Amino acid sequence: MKIILLWTDVMVWLLVISLLLWAWTVSRSPQVRKLWHTVFKSSIAMASAIILLFYLLFALLDSVHFRLATTTNESQSKTLQYGGITSLLDIMFSHNMKNTERTYSAPFATHEYTKSIVLNEHGVTKQEYLPLKYVGTGDDIIGKSIFAGFVGLVIVGVLILMHILWRGRRGLKSELPWRTAYLTFGVLIITFTWLYLLSYHYHVLGTDKVGGDVLYQSLKSIRTGVLIGILTTLIMLPVAVILGVSAGLFGGWVDDGIQYLYTTLSSIPGVLLIAAGVLSMQVMMDNNPTWFETTLERSDLRLLFLIIILGVTSWTGLCRLLRAETLKISQIEFVTAAKAFGVGKVTIIRRHIIPNLMHIILISVVLDFSGLVLAEAVLSYVGVGVDPTMHSWGNMINQARLEMAREPMVWWSLFSAFVFMFILVLAANLFSDRIQRVLDPRNKS
Amino acid sequence: MLSYIIRRILYAVPILIGVNLITFLLFFMVNSPDDMARAQLGAKQVSPELIHSWKEARGYDKPLFINYESEGIQKATDTLFVQESLKLFSFDFGFSDANRDIGSDIKERMAPSLAIALPTFLIALITNISLALLLVLFRGSVLDTSMMILAVMIMSISGLFYIIAGQVLFSKMWHWVPISGYESGWDGVKFIILPVLIGVFAGIGSGVRWYRSIFLEQINQDYVRTARAKGLSELKVLFGHVLRNGMLPILTGVVVIIPSLFMGSLIMESFFGIPGLGSYTIDAIHAQDFAIVKAMVFLGSVLYIVGLILTDISYTLFDPRVKLS
Amino acid sequence: MSTMLAVTDLNVSIGQDTLLKSISFEIQQGEIFALVGESGSGKSLTSLAIMRLLPDVISIRSGDITLHNKSLFVLPESQMQKIRGKQIAMIFQEPMSALNPVMTVGEQVAEVIKIHLGLKKDAVRKKVISLFEEVALKNPKERYGWYPHQLSGGQKQRVMIAIALACEPDLLIADEPTTALDVTIQAQVLTLLKKIQKDRGLSILFITHDMAIVAQMADKIAVMYHGEIVEQAERKTFFTHPQHPYTKSLLKDAMVKIEKHTIDIDKDTLLEVEGLKVHFPIKKGLLQRTVGYVKAVDDVTFSIKRGKTLALVGESGSGKSTIGQAILSLIPVTQGSVKFENINLVDLHDKALKVYRRKIQIVFQDPFSALNPRMNIGDIIREGMISLGVGPQTRVLQDEYIKTLLLKVELQADYLTRYPHEFSGGQRQRIGIARALAVEPELIICDEPTSALDVSVRMQVLKLLKKLQKESAVSYLFITHDLSIVPVIADEVAVMKEGKIVEQGLVSDVMHNPQNAYTQKLLLSAPKLPNNENI
Repeated sequence: MKIILLWTDVMVWLLVISLLLWAWTVSRSPQVRKLWHTVFKSSIAMASAIILLFYLLFALLDSVHFRLATTTNESQSKTLQYGGITSLLDIMFSHNMKNTERTYSAPFATHEYTKSIVLNEHGVTKQEYLPLKYVGTGDDIIGKSIFAGFVGLVIVGVLILMHILWRGRRGLKSELPWRTAYLTFGVLIITFTWLYLLSYHYHVLGTDKVGGDVLYQSLKSIRTGVLIGILTTLIMLPVAVILGVSAGLFGGWVDDGIQYLYTTLSSIPGVLLIAAGVLSMQVMMDNNPTWFETTLERSDLRLLFLIIILGVTSWTGLCRLLRAETLKISQIEFVTAAKAFGVGKVTIIRRHIIPNLMHIILISVVLDFSGLVLAEAVLSYVGVGVDPTMHSWGNMINQARLEMAREPMVWWSLFSAFVFMFILVLAANLFSDRIQRVLDPRNKS
Repeated sequence: MLSYIIRRILYAVPILIGVNLITFLLFFMVNSPDDMARAQLGAKQVSPELIHSWKEARGYDKPLFINYESEGIQKATDTLFVQESLKLFSFDFGFSDANRDIGSDIKERMAPSLAIALPTFLIALITNISLALLLVLFRGSVLDTSMMILAVMIMSISGLFYIIAGQVLFSKMWHWVPISGYESGWDGVKFIILPVLIGVFAGIGSGVRWYRSIFLEQINQDYVRTARAKGLSELKVLFGHVLRNGMLPILTGVVVIIPSLFMGSLIMESFFGIPGLGSYTIDAIHAQDFAIVKAMVFLGSVLYIVGLILTDISYTLFDPRVKLS
Repeated sequence: MSTMLAVTDLNVSIGQDTLLKSISFEIQQGEIFALVGESGSGKSLTSLAIMRLLPDVISIRSGDITLHNKSLFVLPESQMQKIRGKQIAMIFQEPMSALNPVMTVGEQVAEVIKIHLGLKKDAVRKKVISLFEEVALKNPKERYGWYPHQLSGGQKQRVMIAIALACEPDLLIADEPTTALDVTIQAQVLTLLKKIQKDRGLSILFITHDMAIVAQMADKIAVMYHGEIVEQAERKTFFTHPQHPYTKSLLKDAMVKIEKHTIDIDKDTLLEVEGLKVHFPIKKGLLQRTVGYVKAVDDVTFSIKRGKTLALVGESGSGKSTIGQAILSLIPVTQGSVKFENINLVDLHDKALKVYRRKIQIVFQDPFSALNPRMNIGDIIREGMISLGVGPQTRVLQDEYIKTLLLKVELQADYLTRYPHEFSGGQRQRIGIARALAVEPELIICDEPTSALDVSVRMQVLKLLKKLQKESAVSYLFITHDLSIVPVIADEVAVMKEGKIVEQGLVSDVMHNPQNAYTQKLLLSAPKLPNNENI
């Protein structure tokens, strides 16, 4: 086995590490701990956070890439060869990857969705629904479901019990809505186990035009959506914070220059700027075919560029906000007090300004996340999104949108993409609402 | 006032130069004229002569920023960047890859874009503000909380879903309106209804939430308490005081996008087959027609800057505290 | 005399917390009834309960309020709207924010007349203008079309009074109507209110924290403390025979004796400000040319001796705070010198200045914005010690040092690890003082350190400052708008007006025998307690 690190994998794991580091440093401040405690006191926030973590887990599972070793006996000596790049998620769903049908089939169907012309034994052509290649007779769906539900229940029960015991041993008494948390967790795990176990017997969400499994596609798309949502912020954040704070604090020509920069950038309509960037990037990639070896690496590189382009085009709003807020904070008396102590500018920024900007940064990060997930779909439709070979909800919608015009309609691809997206975005929106309510000082009264 | 407007317009010039520089970097440096020629002329094995003549025909044979062959000021002016910028500043957009005059294409397509964008904008503004006022009137009630949950759900659904669902329901299943197409004049109304309705509905979630938060912020101000102490009814307080003050932050967000309405909506127009600037842009992106994309980028920023100036002017009209100088 | 308003056994609460406990009082026809108390005592809440304008989260548990013997609580909202503005009118503390910023002041007065009296347009306008005349607003016809931001604070409060009087109410509720105003303006507004009350035979519920204003205005007084009325009396008995200990301490804190001050000539001069000018450019036009200057500080000269206090007194906009900032080199000086121990600070650059940063410190006005909410008390105090290299430099020793400092400013040593939001205004101000003291300064600029505090807390902080001065011979430049506290803290006083010092000298001299007309006016405007004859 050989671990492969794609560019975006590197960034994701860097992000996870920095997030953990941040959480660790932040958790040492009792004040911040209390704030987060307040955030999670709301059961909606708790449920949303668990859903978000669930999505993140899938994105991370899909961000561990490797080539599996396959031994072959071609010549005398055994040679070690590596197969194509797969991820942990691919391994979990290898049965779905392999079991490609011929064409459309509805969720849980045993036969294809459209009639095919077949020649029967008498040599007569007939139109009939062909049975699916990798689906059994389809009987006893209830029995299988009960079994799957039972398995899910056991898993959930064990995990929750472990958590309760752990909490009990730590003697933690908290007013956090653990019951909601367990309920959300339980529903998610049981639903997933059910889908997963049944995916061995059916195409639970149907198949697309070329017979690909829709559930697998939807799950693969999670990584794309989540990555665009969080990595873009990762790129945009340092630019926005550094420029916004310097503009607000230093004033003068620094302020003029930064204001000019963001006014110019924000004057170009967002989609067009992104389109221009992506088009130029395509040309650049066409001119440099040596940058990538496989199609996966190519689409990954394109995702990386897309994220960078989105990051470069989306920092202006936050920057403007931070500049105004920095201007306000730098007039407050505790900053004057620091100046009277002869404290240097960098220390003032680090100790007085950034901590008081954290709520704005955090709110905008969570708020941007949902916007970016939705934007991915639109951009892919416009043709300036991720690589067409990459799994993404945008690509699923784009490829399936004409299927609604068919008679009868093929709705499940679109439906799955929209539902997966909706749950993620809704959870993010609800969570950001809660964060905003708790952290925004204007809401305290 | 006049001196302020002049100053603002002068300030717009460096911004437009900046915009030009960005587009130039993207379109001529990353994607050099040679690349364009090869992409245009097809095969990779085109002769250098052919590329040269293609570039010459478009004036792309000049150096990018500094022309060492020229003398004096010409060193800087007789370059691709300056020539291209000057063309854009005089709104001369040149020809598309399909050899059509982009300028006249844009003129032709503005009307259909506006036909969709303007009604959507106006109806959305009125609906959102009225709904927000209604919620503020009944703030804290079951209506308020349930509508707010609904708003979050509406804004969590991809806009593409509304379009597809709308087309399936209203056009395909119920046959109320044609699925796509466009006609000018009153006959065209049947084509416009659905995209406008969908556009309004898709924005209602975030819109109502935004306006509601603006009004709620106003309702906690001291002057509202004064108005209540005068014996004004809650409705009069809302319409006479809160709405009037809330209009100011609303202006900043709204006026700036009015000029950009000319640009149309990319997605809406392409789904509904409206021959406007939005679908023009999207087609250009699909066809990788750089000349059109460049023109639209420039046009977009000009309209945005016009919007910024209009915002400032509208402030002087509506906010007595602001005097431009 | 008949009973205008009667509040009986009013209980108000938010959730489980009781905010008002069994409040009862009566206001007679033509009487000024003062409700006195410190912030959070529930006096504004009582007034909002009378108007039925309490926020939704606050609920009335029991009790009744009657106007002319009719209960206000049983009225439907539409009936109550007819009473608000018509029978009971109200003016508020903040004239800046209480008026609608995008409506002309004329319209705002006209609005209340229109809804209650139903007059024709011309009649309304006439009425508004006559009201403006009654509240002594100059050029009433012209002012009709003005917006609030074009008026000064005092003028805005006059407009508020005009709105309140427009429909000839029976009862006027004045909620701290002069607290946000300068002392001379305050005197004018109070005189106006008194005159109108006499002319119209109006009843006024006057809410304030200032005992001296009560003495000047009220017929009857009720003292509120933690949501309860602890004492209620006629004016005479109230001031001569206060019963409740809280009332006694309030009255004691409000009274200030002036001792004879002397200045030792042999003491060395710590700070010498000479010919100080701070001008801010006004920019205009196409090219943003400088067309003039705001002369915030204009040729100011004074000096402070070691271990002594100079009070810099002036109304808002007089430039007194700008002087403080100029001494700290936080803003550029246009002209003049600031000599500290004979070194001119104006000439020094950042690095050379750092030595003097240690010696000059500042305590701010607003206890809420003076401390970074994201830092704990220990780190807040530590900041200057690290930056300027004062005191121990290891964390453990610093903590010990900070603990002794906290004890010195009469706080507890274990506050070290707490955050600012856990403390009251007075406590925060002490923390601010400890922060300044941490770097062992020789001069502390106190920029209105007590004006955001309640009367009783104010006295404690002043006493603390005095005690610290005795212990460490630190000098204060005490910037304030409040003449009444000057005798408590200062040895010398300088009175400022429009960027200039109009009079300076020993406190006892200036307060007893003011020479300048403006100083005389300031002293005359300040409301006084009745039996405080030695002023």
